[in-house]
Amino acid sequence: MDIQLTEEQELLRSSIQRFLREQYDFDERRKIVATDEGWSRRHWKSFAELGLCAAPFQESSGGLGGGSLATMIVMQEFGRKLVVEPYFETVVLAGGLIEDIGSPEQRELFLPKIMEGDAIWALAWAEGRSRYDFNNVTTTAHRQGDKFVLSGTKAAVVGAPWADKLIVSARTSGGPRDRDGVSLFVVDRHAANLHLQSFKTIDGRRAAELTLMNVEVPASQMLGSEGEGVAALEAARDRAIAALCAEAVGAMAELNSATLEYSKARKQFGVALGTFQVLQHRMVDMFIALEESISLTQHLNLSLASKEPNGSKLASGAKTKVGYAARFVAEQAVQLHGGMGMSDELNVGHYFKRISSINVQFGDPAYHLMRYAQQS
Amino acid sequence: MELNLSSEDAAFRDEVRAFIAANYPQEMRVPNPETDLTKEQSLLWHRILYRKGWIAPLWPKEYGGPGWSVTQRFIFEQETSRAGTLPPLAFSVTMVGPVIYTFGNDTQKKKFLPRILSGEDWWCQGYSEPGSGSDLASVRTKAVRDGDHYIVNGHKTWTTLAQHADWIFCLVRTDPTAKPQAGISFLLIDMKSPGVTVRPIITIDGSHEVNDVFLEDVRVPAENLIGEENKGWTYAKFLLGNERTSMAGIGRSTRYLERLKHIVRTEVDQDDPAFGEFIREIARVELDVLALEATELRIVAQMSRGIDPGPAASLFKIRGTEIFQRITDLTHQVIGNYGLAIREHPVSANRFMPGPDHGHTATEKYLNSRKLSIYGGSNEIQRNIIAKAVLGL
Repeated sequence: MDIQLTEEQELLRSSIQRFLREQYDFDERRKIVATDEGWSRRHWKSFAELGLCAAPFQESSGGLGGGSLATMIVMQEFGRKLVVEPYFETVVLAGGLIEDIGSPEQRELFLPKIMEGDAIWALAWAEGRSRYDFNNVTTTAHRQGDKFVLSGTKAAVVGAPWADKLIVSARTSGGPRDRDGVSLFVVDRHAANLHLQSFKTIDGRRAAELTLMNVEVPASQMLGSEGEGVAALEAARDRAIAALCAEAVGAMAELNSATLEYSKARKQFGVALGTFQVLQHRMVDMFIALEESISLTQHLNLSLASKEPNGSKLASGAKTKVGYAARFVAEQAVQLHGGMGMSDELNVGHYFKRISSINVQFGDPAYHLMRYAQQS
Repeated sequence: MELNLSSEDAAFRDEVRAFIAANYPQEMRVPNPETDLTKEQSLLWHRILYRKGWIAPLWPKEYGGPGWSVTQRFIFEQETSRAGTLPPLAFSVTMVGPVIYTFGNDTQKKKFLPRILSGEDWWCQGYSEPGSGSDLASVRTKAVRDGDHYIVNGHKTWTTLAQHADWIFCLVRTDPTAKPQAGISFLLIDMKSPGVTVRPIITIDGSHEVNDVFLEDVRVPAENLIGEENKGWTYAKFLLGNERTSMAGIGRSTRYLERLKHIVRTEVDQDDPAFGEFIREIARVELDVLALEATELRIVAQMSRGIDPGPAASLFKIRGTEIFQRITDLTHQVIGNYGLAIREHPVSANRFMPGPDHGHTATEKYLNSRKLSIYGGSNEIQRNIIAKAVLGL
């Protein structure tokens, strides 16, 4: 079970690699993160021109038909270079949801702009006390004629300050923890009565707390069936996990090679660090962690591509295993780089922070271990 | 866990406890005292302890120490750290001070010790260099004798709070031909000397604690040499011994564990499976703390009988840092989605930070605590020390 890339997939990978090698080195990334928006619209345009924004979508939606394997390829390369542009939020999360549950009109309205790089999206599902539970929604949506009125707060919405559109989960019926009764809505980021408080994230992005005070949304902007938002979010999470695992694998691969290189070059006590057995064994464990992560990430992406029935359980398994593996690799990469690993100047700490972020997004390894166990 | 205290020691404990409660400055109670205080603010407690005569528990009475027993010193350490007070600047009081009164001459003692006690002089440590981390004996900063001066050239790094420092104590190479350990001297350098440049190093938590210190043709009076030329390694090892025994950090870990429990109780619903998971993990860490604390008390009891723990003290550094890292890791996990957020430095109340107040420093603490297993002799080095010096391997 090793994925042999098709010629088309190889082409996709090498075109991303070439672009990032030429345009997205660590200094460039640092400059991008330091700007007000924290990402580069110019690079975003280039990603669209390279076809990355259209890569995973079905041909019937106007996409390139690459599916989850295309996402995996893109995210892995993005992980290698710590790309901060909102591909995950816009293409994987929002684009995936729209393609999965959107009406034909909504797909036609929203997807072309995403594929052309003309619209940025974010997904607002979490709330202050929800932790990683999609059911735990207190934001409400009441129908008033041909529109819904949304009120409540959404937490830690990555990418919201940049976004043109938001997908917001809100309760149309049921009690605060009911699985049924959660619906999804497309909300304009500049909608009246929608208030954002922005903050910086650990990995250099921007996020926001959302306060909705009677935000009016046309009923035609409900995404998917009324009250069935949780199932849609669960499917979106499976795709999200597949993408985040691929990104983590890219980051781990870079950390491992940087650490290996450093341990050969850095001399203490008259010898290279890599000659110490305790450090050799540590790096062997980092190598094993990466190999296992690559395998599980491929396995998950193949299972999702062929719509295997146990895909969701496997997603939780991969989020757990890859999450712990990535954290081990990141912490040890910092440790083995010594003081340099702690410095903001070196890229190692930034991989560490991205991996810490990945481990929070859509549930930490402990959460998914429990979910995996419960699905057995 | 408590020592079996004599009635005098128990009275002393009560006195210390009451003094802290009555005198610890409220303005030092900020979310993250290590990063959020100005130089002046962080010296407030130092000055209060100085006026009380408690600033230097380790020092002999003749140099301004309080003349406490091993047990009293331990009680003081325990009470101050349980109360969450910011320890007085270690580089001054715990590190360079003892080197000066042990190996310095009378002029040096008179010149430097009173100003260390009063907090007038702020010291930083010029040990690490870009090429000398764990292998400290490989320092390359050169000091060449020129009449009654040394001319110093080199680059020190990871220098904690050098941005505030008046003085730096440096390991410098005075004999390039000798074996690495044999050619090192211990030199005190005025940070205002021409040729000293401090450049901030920002760490992954966004804070500015450490610096590069560049020394370019710095003229240092020869009278600032401690002890004998080329004997600096002996003094440096003496100083590192002081650093290691204070690293168990039981008080701090206990405090952060209590805080963690509070965050779990307020932020995680009891019927959430994560609640049980956190309670179990916290209990595991509590047992780790208990075991380390019991070991510390056992060693304190031995020390008061005159038995030196020697290199076994490395175990405090190893376990103390591993435990604290685990606590910061769990605290970061407990705040869930808000673990994505991090405060921006320098800290300002004007910047929005999401989530509950008690979670605002969780992310930066998790990141910052990665340094603990690296500095002061990495945990790998500490294990080597035990393997070699304790186990005889």
